[in-house]
Amino acid sequence: MAQSFSATVLAVGYQDNWGQILTSAFMRNALIGGTLVALAAGLIGYFIIVRNSAFAAHALAHIGFPGATGAVLLGLPVTAGLAVFCVGGALVIGALGKQADEREVATGTVLAAATGLGLFFSSLATKSSSTVTNVLFGNLLAVTHQQLVMFGVALAVIAVVVAFVYRPLLFASVNAEVAEAKGVPVRVLSVIFMALLGLAVTMAVQAVGTLLLFALVVTPAATAILLTARPGVAMAVATALAVVSVWAGLTLSAVFNVPPSFVITTIVCTVWLIVWLVAQRTGRDRGAPAASHGAPVVEA
Amino acid sequence: MSPPDDAAAPAAPALSFDDVSVVRGGRLIWSEGTFDVPSGGIIAVIGSSGSGKTTLLHAVLGMIPTASGEIRVLGKPPGAATGLIGYVPQNYAAAAGNAIRARDAVMLGLTGNRWGFGRADAEQRRRVDEILDAVDATEFAGRRLSQLSGGQRQRIAIAEALVGSPRLLILDEPLTALDVRNQRGIVGLLARIGEEFGVTIVVVAHDLNPLLGILDGAIYLLDGHAHFDTMDEVVDEGLLTHLYGTSIQVVHTPQGDLYMRSV
Repeated sequence: MAQSFSATVLAVGYQDNWGQILTSAFMRNALIGGTLVALAAGLIGYFIIVRNSAFAAHALAHIGFPGATGAVLLGLPVTAGLAVFCVGGALVIGALGKQADEREVATGTVLAAATGLGLFFSSLATKSSSTVTNVLFGNLLAVTHQQLVMFGVALAVIAVVVAFVYRPLLFASVNAEVAEAKGVPVRVLSVIFMALLGLAVTMAVQAVGTLLLFALVVTPAATAILLTARPGVAMAVATALAVVSVWAGLTLSAVFNVPPSFVITTIVCTVWLIVWLVAQRTGRDRGAPAASHGAPVVEA
Repeated sequence: MSPPDDAAAPAAPALSFDDVSVVRGGRLIWSEGTFDVPSGGIIAVIGSSGSGKTTLLHAVLGMIPTASGEIRVLGKPPGAATGLIGYVPQNYAAAAGNAIRARDAVMLGLTGNRWGFGRADAEQRRRVDEILDAVDATEFAGRRLSQLSGGQRQRIAIAEALVGSPRLLILDEPLTALDVRNQRGIVGLLARIGEEFGVTIVVVAHDLNPLLGILDGAIYLLDGHAHFDTMDEVVDEGLLTHLYGTSIQVVHTPQGDLYMRSV
């Protein structure tokens, strides 16, 4: 343990040519790609929290894993494999039990099955090890022009649909029963939301990877909700947090030669922790009554 | 759109049941519901636990179909009348309460069923302010739902239901989980709303006592059948004893108050 730790420290070092790195073509792609992903994450993150779907978002990232490794195996674009599995998985989760408890077990089971399948696919493929690392931890620095086009299209779809369904989706998310009684098509909206979530996860996996996705898609929104309870403002704050974290993460990764996913995740989580601690201290923004005082969930 | 009712036209009954039965999960919940509930006034829905009170609400709201017979809500089929109904469910904002202000939740009652991008305009905001004031919730409307007490949250739920100017307000167990003082507050509010807004109010309640002073009638679920009667007929020891399956005594106090107790 001590050995590998010191080896890591040795690999981290100041790069005096960082200005050059920042202006290079691959960094430009990384900045554009990261920004598109952060915008999508910000748009969808608030709804993930309000709908109690954080676990579904986490699971979808894992469900994308066999999609990505399977695509490599078949010689298809990784994005396509991810999209099929994430959006498909999202629709399946959406169709599963309405009851939250039921859904958690079902989601977790599908998650485990998918991760196992992804491992199997990657063991079949010959040159898979770098793909596996990229899918698990993301690699913004390797984003291609083709991926940027797909990110742009996916973001446009998410933005247009969210703008169209914003109020009914918020209504159905905050109080499904009241919304249903008002004639809002709660089930249709649930399917639409899961499809959008699948799209956002497809994008975000390529930026920060399966294992770190939560930090970019869910945590900024959670931080924003601690700061404000105005839905529109919370979405704007979440988006700004995600975008700034991606930019800062890429810049610091160029300066110190560390993986961008690590820096992005660290920034997002640190900001969340600080805001959470301040909110606890002031007591102004306590969570839902059941989970308030006494039992901090800081480990999460 | 039908032409607006004028004073001369006879008002359609708030609820009209014609030989209605409801099945849920393959089980007949209740049947042979044939009655008219006149519009105006405050009506309770009573019956023992599991007799199908919430199921009756869901049928009225068009959330579940009837197995037979026909329900008309303000003269329209359930589902077609959603714009005329305000609904306060039993578990209001249980989960999402920390992500939204009380005021935003009330605004959703007005704009939550509209598609497309749009910001609330001045008139909509004025309407929300007006309703918040009417339910005495202005003071805490800027706070998160999760920061409100049970009684405050119930007022917000009522505001959210009222803001769309319904003609029928339906509440599912609005007094459960409230202390006696808050129960009195909500009961007083319902009485005031009924008059001020000219809205028919239907309240599901397992405990009639806090509501007895304001009720005009009750739908009661007895032996698998749905009935409606005025309060004079319902407050009957024989009927209530049969209904609750335990001996009930109706007490008239010298002060003119009325309550029932199990003996």
